[in-house]
Amino acid sequence: MDAFLATPVGVLALTVAQAMALLVPLLIGVAYLTWAERKILGAMQMRKGPNVVGPFGMLQPFADALKMLMKETIIPSGASRALFIMAPMITFTLAMLAWAVIPVNDGWAIADINVGILYLFAISSLGVYGIIIAGWASNSKYAFLGALRSAAQMVSYEVSMGFVIVTVLLCVGSLNLSEIVRAQEGMWFIIPLFPMFIIMFISALAETNRAPFDLPEGESELVAGFFVEYSSMSFALFFLGEYANMILMSALITILFLGGWYGPFGLLPALGPLWFVLKICFCLFVFVWVRATFPRYRYDQLMRLGWKVFLPFSLVWLVITAAALKIFGWLPGGV
Amino acid sequence: MIAAIAFYLFAAVLIASAVMVVTSRNPVHSVLFLILAFFNAAALFLLAGAEFLAMILVIVYVGAVAVLFLFVVMMLDVDFSAVREGFQKYAPVGGAVGAILFLELVLVFGSWTFAEEAGALRVNPMPIGVDNTRAIGRILYTDHVWLFQLAGLILLVAMIGAIVLTLRGRATSKRQDISKQVNRLGSVNLRQVRSGAGLAEIGIERPPVDPPPAPKQVEHHGGGHH
Repeated sequence: MDAFLATPVGVLALTVAQAMALLVPLLIGVAYLTWAERKILGAMQMRKGPNVVGPFGMLQPFADALKMLMKETIIPSGASRALFIMAPMITFTLAMLAWAVIPVNDGWAIADINVGILYLFAISSLGVYGIIIAGWASNSKYAFLGALRSAAQMVSYEVSMGFVIVTVLLCVGSLNLSEIVRAQEGMWFIIPLFPMFIIMFISALAETNRAPFDLPEGESELVAGFFVEYSSMSFALFFLGEYANMILMSALITILFLGGWYGPFGLLPALGPLWFVLKICFCLFVFVWVRATFPRYRYDQLMRLGWKVFLPFSLVWLVITAAALKIFGWLPGGV
Repeated sequence: MIAAIAFYLFAAVLIASAVMVVTSRNPVHSVLFLILAFFNAAALFLLAGAEFLAMILVIVYVGAVAVLFLFVVMMLDVDFSAVREGFQKYAPVGGAVGAILFLELVLVFGSWTFAEEAGALRVNPMPIGVDNTRAIGRILYTDHVWLFQLAGLILLVAMIGAIVLTLRGRATSKRQDISKQVNRLGSVNLRQVRSGAGLAEIGIERPPVDPPPAPKQVEHHGGGHH
């Protein structure tokens, strides 16, 4: 068996098996995230939410998927065909691609690469292309406006997110995601770096185009924003991509601030993956909670928040962190 | 073997997409091919073992710079027929400029050799235990920190210059001052009201002091009382 795994075919087979073991639960998770969101929103608005298909409406996501599959794919006549079809695929593929480096437990990552956090940051910064291409290729005013909004929004919030990541990296001394989690064995970074956690969370909302920053699809003025012309499976891919991105951002927050696979107070270390999933679920719940609570931001307020509040604040906090590490001699790596 | 196949694949796609950047008719497609070219260059960096450079290439160029390119190019209102109209008039000049540049490149490339030190370093094995992120960090931020700061300062000056140039006509633009809005006193104020307590000074008492008068019986049902 080991000899087979050492051959190129074996390596390929092993990688495919690992990817399947990660992606299948992820896709089921995405399906149930849509269900959970509707249930939670329902509860928060004193409604029942989906409750017809299956027990507690739990088969609703699959019914929706089937419905999407049955519908006709419509490509607008003025659209740039190839790009129009490619855009949802890009969004969805990128949302899946990033999971290659996520460590679910100590040593449980498909690719435990040295620059894992940079890889994640790179992939998440590519997410904007699916949206821009969709908006442009649709050849529609609303879609184009949505795409422009989203391009400016995602680039803006990436800057402060970058500073948050740099602050965490200063405390870790490595770009490897497993190392970042291991550095939090004693204390999760949410405690010393709490303000950065808040900035990271809000930036994650903006990065995934979730309420209250869902201006790219603001239905009250742009109908549905960048995916206004999409129907059936191409629409479903956007939808799945958005929810997979939410899970990805929650995983990133979990790794950077919530101690990854470690239980609170070192509790039950054998349950690593379970702790990881529970923390992701907590973040996702807050994502939905925020959507139920806050009204949508105005576009200039969104830009102001990103550039005039978060950017200076995260920059100052970065300098403070660096100075504190240097003065107290806490810099990792004994530099 | 797999590395060689991957190299030729990425290199071929890189060259093909670079050709498409200059030949495709639609500028938006050009930018998208440019992004594909960046991507393949990053993959080549990865194959060469420079994972940090690869990631930075993707984050900076693909994730930020090219997005802004795309942003601008999409909003340009280009009339393609007008662009192609003067082709015959400009072709000789363009061809001459291109030929000169090509000649210069040939001359530069013909006289190009490895420096003595670089040639010697090339055969050295990579040090074990120091990944290239750490090595770049050490050289850039420790050994050459002042040069690095100087470069940063130049970029800062350029940035401030760009901001100053675009901030004209400020008197006519209306901007929002949030602290002013929050501190405003006057027609509409934001109050913290205890649940069920009402606001006595503007006449809303809770619980009501006296029950509201019973609605008067209206005799006729005309006049929009529905």
